[in-house]
Amino acid sequence: MEVDINKVQIYSSTELNKAEAEVIESLKEHSQQIIPDPDEWLAQELKENILLTTVDYFLNWARRSSLWTVLCFPACCAMEFMSTAASRFDISRFGMEILRASPRQADLMITAGTLTWKMAPQVKRIYEQMAEPKWVIAMGACAISGGTFAQSYSVVPGYNHIIPVDVYIPGCPPRPEALLYGIKMLQDKIAKTKNIKLR
Amino acid sequence: MTLLLSGEKTGTKLEEKFPGSIVESNRDSFLVKSEFLLPVATYIKNTPGLEFNYLASITAVDYDDYFEVVYHLTSLRHNHSLVMKTRFYDRDNPHLPSVVGLWRGADFQEREIYDLMGISFDGHPNMTRLFLWDSFEGHPLRRDYL
Amino acid sequence: MAIRTEPFVINMGPQHPSTHGVFRMRLTLDGEVVVNLEPVFGYLHRGIEKLTEGRTYAQIIPITDRLDYASPMSNNLAYVLAVEKLAEIPVPERAEYLRVIMVELQRIANHLLAVGSLLNDCGAYFTPFMYMWRERESIVDLFDMVCGQRLTYNYMRIGGVSHDVPERFLWALDKFIGRMAFFIDEYDELLAENEILLIRTKGVGILSKELAINSSASGPVLRASGVKWDIRKADPYSIYGRFQFDVPTGTTGDCYDRYRVRIEEMRQSLRIIKQALQQLPPGEVKSEVPPLLRPAPGEAYGHIESPKGELGFYLVSDGSIAPYRLHIRAPALINLTALRDMVIGWKVQDAVVVLGSIDICLGEVDR
Repeated sequence: MEVDINKVQIYSSTELNKAEAEVIESLKEHSQQIIPDPDEWLAQELKENILLTTVDYFLNWARRSSLWTVLCFPACCAMEFMSTAASRFDISRFGMEILRASPRQADLMITAGTLTWKMAPQVKRIYEQMAEPKWVIAMGACAISGGTFAQSYSVVPGYNHIIPVDVYIPGCPPRPEALLYGIKMLQDKIAKTKNIKLR
Repeated sequence: MTLLLSGEKTGTKLEEKFPGSIVESNRDSFLVKSEFLLPVATYIKNTPGLEFNYLASITAVDYDDYFEVVYHLTSLRHNHSLVMKTRFYDRDNPHLPSVVGLWRGADFQEREIYDLMGISFDGHPNMTRLFLWDSFEGHPLRRDYL
Repeated sequence: MAIRTEPFVINMGPQHPSTHGVFRMRLTLDGEVVVNLEPVFGYLHRGIEKLTEGRTYAQIIPITDRLDYASPMSNNLAYVLAVEKLAEIPVPERAEYLRVIMVELQRIANHLLAVGSLLNDCGAYFTPFMYMWRERESIVDLFDMVCGQRLTYNYMRIGGVSHDVPERFLWALDKFIGRMAFFIDEYDELLAENEILLIRTKGVGILSKELAINSSASGPVLRASGVKWDIRKADPYSIYGRFQFDVPTGTTGDCYDRYRVRIEEMRQSLRIIKQALQQLPPGEVKSEVPPLLRPAPGEAYGHIESPKGELGFYLVSDGSIAPYRLHIRAPALINLTALRDMVIGWKVQDAVVVLGSIDICLGEVDR
């Protein structure tokens, strides 16, 4: 097909690359410390009455029984995640068969793969675009601490430098059974969350 | 069985055609001066009997005094292969002629060598970093990168 | 009245359901027609080549698993072959046969994934993918029986394989071959004449023979363009010279031909496994190799026909326990050289289908 040569180069790829590089460098500077794990679920002593607790209970039940995952599959753990989502280790029985590419419709991010500094701003952006409440599961050794590649010049040593992580699942790659156990742990954690706060 | 052509025999043949181009040759490979790289490459690609039309891979190795770039070539028609090497001795600003005009497959591989080793290839249409971001300092695969 | 159009740039970004990983393309579109494509790599660049400089030869084998994570057995084999070529280490017969069986099983598993994802990209939302995943799970179970892992097998060793297969494995493999032939026929019957697949892939993303050779394409991409080049036949490594099998080629080099080549290759792999199973001799599975191997100074380039193309390892040794330089010739990266030419002039949705038919795996592209 004939292509009009005037329409081919309408952006400058050097400028785009430079802008991206600046974002990466600034993120790298600010991400040297680990973000502490979110722990509001370690509830204080109950002061609320039974009615509110029941509302809490129902909200938590609804939230944990239909977690929708956002796609974030850089590397090999993605294959084990696909196995979990397939028909043998069915993830649909937990209400999680919807894998959306759009973060607005998701409330869980399962990070399956090594994170590099080049990809880090994109992952942070996806995390920030997800609506509250949201949770993160770090799947695999690379997600927890950088794994085999921790000494490399371009690998982030763990997702918790960029985003707060709720559940860590070790393994390289973790078996589907391990991933399901981790998801169940997250569901237990959600069940204990206090949503309604009394003054 | 793919026959690996002898470096010595090919070296002697090329020395006759382009005098002064071959530095050394042994059983497995031959070493070409960087100024003669493009004429030699054009010759081995187009001559009947050699016809190396498939570039299997380009690699760069950092020996401490010099950079060496290794070309693995194959001829699909005659089913023989060849290893061609070239060196560059200046560590500060290494540059070599690009073979993208002859073999398109060299495109991403030469960009990768520039990105990770710092050897730039003259004549390449888009000599930018491939894997690392633009403002990354240094070239990681060099031996003196910490 | 003519409508004035202006091109705009769209980012098919690193996070996308159809890019088979974190691959980014900047598409310049004029309406829906692609006029320019710029691929951006590096979102999974883990610096594997630098990491290998601090590890012994045997410690690198698990890293090679993580390269092309859809077919780790082939990566292991390519690396181990390169080391054996460098250090001139013989391999026992039984180990060679076991290696061939594992690699051909891996080829079937990889092509199942490739065809399933291609159909996913074409719009058959997950049904063919789930069907093919069922067979892939059987293969992964077989590997689990042998080496205890489902994805990163780490089964090959320098000088053989790590341990012998249990009796159950041979029996299960026999049953699997019987079933698999029937399933490939079933998939072929369901998909080959499917209208939607034909419309979306026939004639789309044509790669001509000259451009394929010039761009150093390899594997099913090269064979679908009409070039009969398979390293298992042209430069037989291991014991491939003893088996009879055909090399399927395509005619036009469009996406449909690549799909067909993969289905036929699965059938040929089954043929090879059957022959290998019949000829499997008893014996030991690993030759004596010192744990800290010190090859003589020199270099070697070992290449195999992996499911994605020509996977090569270039090793330079200086006589110490770790390699001086290891370079990986990644077929997926080099197959992408011609992506721009294949997609320009077609529409956005064809870009997705063409990318799916090339079958990339980002662990290998970015290393």
